[in-house]
Amino acid sequence: MEKTEKPGKLNQFLKLFTSSFMLSACTFGGGFVIIPLMKKKFVDELHYIDEDEMLDLTAIAQSSPGAIAVNAATLVGYRVGGLAGAIVSLTATVLPPLIIISVISSFYQAFRDNIYVSYAMSGMLAGVAAVITDVVLRMGTDLVRSRKAVPVIMMLLSFIAVRYFHLNIIMVILICGCIGALQIWTSSRAEKERGF
Amino acid sequence: MIYLELFLSFMKIGLFSIGGGYAAMPLIQAQAVDIHGWLTMTQFADLMTIAEMTPGPIAVNSATFVGIQTAGIPGALVATAGCVLPGSLIVLLLAYLYYRYRGLSYIQGVLLGLRPAVIAMIASAGLSLIILSVYGQRALPADLTAVQWIPLLIFVAALTVLRLKKPDPIKVMAAAGVAGIVLLSIF
Repeated sequence: MEKTEKPGKLNQFLKLFTSSFMLSACTFGGGFVIIPLMKKKFVDELHYIDEDEMLDLTAIAQSSPGAIAVNAATLVGYRVGGLAGAIVSLTATVLPPLIIISVISSFYQAFRDNIYVSYAMSGMLAGVAAVITDVVLRMGTDLVRSRKAVPVIMMLLSFIAVRYFHLNIIMVILICGCIGALQIWTSSRAEKERGF
Repeated sequence: MIYLELFLSFMKIGLFSIGGGYAAMPLIQAQAVDIHGWLTMTQFADLMTIAEMTPGPIAVNSATFVGIQTAGIPGALVATAGCVLPGSLIVLLLAYLYYRYRGLSYIQGVLLGLRPAVIAMIASAGLSLIILSVYGQRALPADLTAVQWIPLLIFVAALTVLRLKKPDPIKVMAAAGVAGIVLLSIF
């Protein structure tokens, strides 16, 4: 039994490794971009996971701290091959950025002193500032459009606290997390009192 | 010891960057620039630019970059391990709970509560990058009109295109880089 199973499992781990590695190497911009690509690979192509489960795994990956791509890869690996599978796909996902940045970083000092590189960097810095501004505007307007007062006030207070009072970011996250939990708790209690 | 410091700092970044994408950026700035001084603000801005242009999550890219700059390849490995460890452990725990109880509403509620704070912190870090880009220094100068016109122009043009056409950010960044080379060489 074991002998017939082993080559198949090794093969599956190899497939998991190469798939995760390629996905990670080709995903620019990070964040959410990798999720549809993972779905295509692991759900539609390899049939390792069904579609509903992939949606749930995505929700878990998003709900956890850390990079979504890394979290999602860990979950997919876990589903395919347990803890060993999780380690395989986590490693495969982290390796491409690790290698690429290591190479860039070794050349960085020499590279940065070049006048044209410095021109390109200052253009791209303006570009990345614009990209981030765009992200903030989009997230901010979504929040304002939800027409809930508490989140908007929390956003403004957090901004002032971090920007002008230099409050520790981790403190702000903890406080806002507690407020969020408290809101859920009071609203579920209100539902109970209404007779649910 | 530098390895332990790198590991713990990036573990904090991994543990508290909730909400994906740019959420890690303000934490990286706090740890690498403000607290430990591993990077200058200009190096941090370079790092964000490089991270945007290369594959992989910002946190992993930053861990590798900061690690290698401060303590070589072993530093990169230690910092990267620190940054992925909390998320992957928590994700496995949540997966276990999920398959057991099939409910995530409470966690998602907390997440929703965090959203305003995450937006605010990304906004603050983004503002730092704008100031650095437009004024060429970290703090706002006394004379607010002392701007560097070319980066300001590129910023406004890029933001306009992003708002109106929603293009791929990588293309915008590449175009901004080319515009930087051309305009700064000429003027």
